[in-house]
Amino acid sequence: MRSLHWFTQVLEVAAALAAAPLFHGWVNQCRAWLQNRSAPPLLQTYRGIRKLFYKDAVIAERASPLFRIAPYVVFATMLTAAAIIPSMGTRLPFSSSADAIALVGLFATARVFLALAAMDIGTAFGTLGARREMMVGFLAEPALLMVVFVASLISMTTSLPAISERLATQALTLSPSLAFTAVAFTMVLLAENGRIPIDNPATHLELTMIHEAMMLEYSARHLALMELAAALKLFNYACIGFALFIPWGTAMGGGGPGALLAAVPILGAKLAVAGAALAVIETVSAKLRVFRAPEFLATAFLFAVLGLLVH
Amino acid sequence: MTPVPFVMQLLNALAAMLLLLSFAMLAQRRVVTLVDLFALQGAVLCAATLLLAWRTGETNLYISAALTLALKVIVLPRLLHRLIRRLGVYWDTDPLLNIPGTMLVGLMIVVFAFGLAQPISALASTATRSAVGIAVAVILLAFLTMITRRKAMSQVVGFLSMENGLFFGAMSATYGMPMVVELGVALDVLVAMLVLGVFFFQIREQFDSLDLEELEARKEER
Repeated sequence: MRSLHWFTQVLEVAAALAAAPLFHGWVNQCRAWLQNRSAPPLLQTYRGIRKLFYKDAVIAERASPLFRIAPYVVFATMLTAAAIIPSMGTRLPFSSSADAIALVGLFATARVFLALAAMDIGTAFGTLGARREMMVGFLAEPALLMVVFVASLISMTTSLPAISERLATQALTLSPSLAFTAVAFTMVLLAENGRIPIDNPATHLELTMIHEAMMLEYSARHLALMELAAALKLFNYACIGFALFIPWGTAMGGGGPGALLAAVPILGAKLAVAGAALAVIETVSAKLRVFRAPEFLATAFLFAVLGLLVH
Repeated sequence: MTPVPFVMQLLNALAAMLLLLSFAMLAQRRVVTLVDLFALQGAVLCAATLLLAWRTGETNLYISAALTLALKVIVLPRLLHRLIRRLGVYWDTDPLLNIPGTMLVGLMIVVFAFGLAQPISALASTATRSAVGIAVAVILLAFLTMITRRKAMSQVVGFLSMENGLFFGAMSATYGMPMVVELGVALDVLVAMLVLGVFFFQIREQFDSLDLEELEARKEER
């Protein structure tokens, strides 16, 4: 049984690494279809990353070591986060070392390194992007924590796999607090991953960008790691959403290899639907002005706290 | 944990919807949408009353549901829409406090209301006692809506929404007020609306605007 748990753990991390660019590509493809453009192939993200790994890295003259380390740190935190989130099975050996609050902390670590690296070179765009990212982050993080707290309050634990297991096995009830929290989580997901109401992932070199502005100075393998980390972040957020709001179908504690085998296509189906839904949200909404972002995130926080209160 | 019956779950969900609509009204800048939200709140209230009437078998709750439907979903919103068209006020100017700030104050008010309602709901013997807190929150949020607006129009909608909260509170604490009181309140609200409608025209004729700041300025001059 223990070996199965470790196998689940390794499988989850490997699957996250392999499927994150695919999910990213799927969202892009859906967006293109909805906007009447001809879609890029599903594997485009892999190709882009592979191409970048073959190139020679160019680093600014005054860059400090922090600038070189940051991509590895950001990528490693995202991979660690993927190891904690129960995407296929809930018995993860790693999860005893970090709970949902530590997960929020991991995302915060990645953000800090990303922002510091962006400011390190001292270009105007990098600093601008870093400041905006921190503005979005300091508003999105409390909302995300509140979302986690609501789920913890319902299941009386902060360990993400345990929360997921409890939510999946409890009697099906009409829960307004979980509904509110789901809305809040979706809004946080959009903001944290640089999706359309807050940031447009498709634009470069415009005054409105946030995420891309921070990565302007990166090239080759560093940029590849950053892009992979961004794809992983989106994947991780989607999996947190599944674990909290549609936890059915993952391999629970008692399940053997059969349950794990069944969990793989179920996760694939969830991701396909979630990616399409994300593309729809992005297509129907317009990008907000940067100064409207606090309003958007305050609403997310409001939803999360309301979820906490009506529980 | 004992399983909660489905009707009560639905009732709780409707109560949560009421609270959410109160927040939506708090954040809304367009007067037309504000009135629509008010009508929606009335509809949710009507549904909750119907559900409670069905569950408890109290006939007077059916009557008050019908009253809510007629008055708050159909008549008052229509009156308000006509007033808006005739007065040409579609937008409230900037509220006194920015939207995220108002939201945060609103959240604190909800926490306060829940604390306030705890002893009441501990004393109440109804099945809906958990909703008392939400009712108090709806009343106070409507208050806040009135406080943060400049235009008379949105203040009136806030006032009417406060009546929704009172109604819901009475319903959840004691299964509704006595019929006489309820009819009286309904009539009061209707008359108040008509009087205020006339009042709006008077204000506009005097000051060329529905901004109530003007009234305050006039007071200071004296």
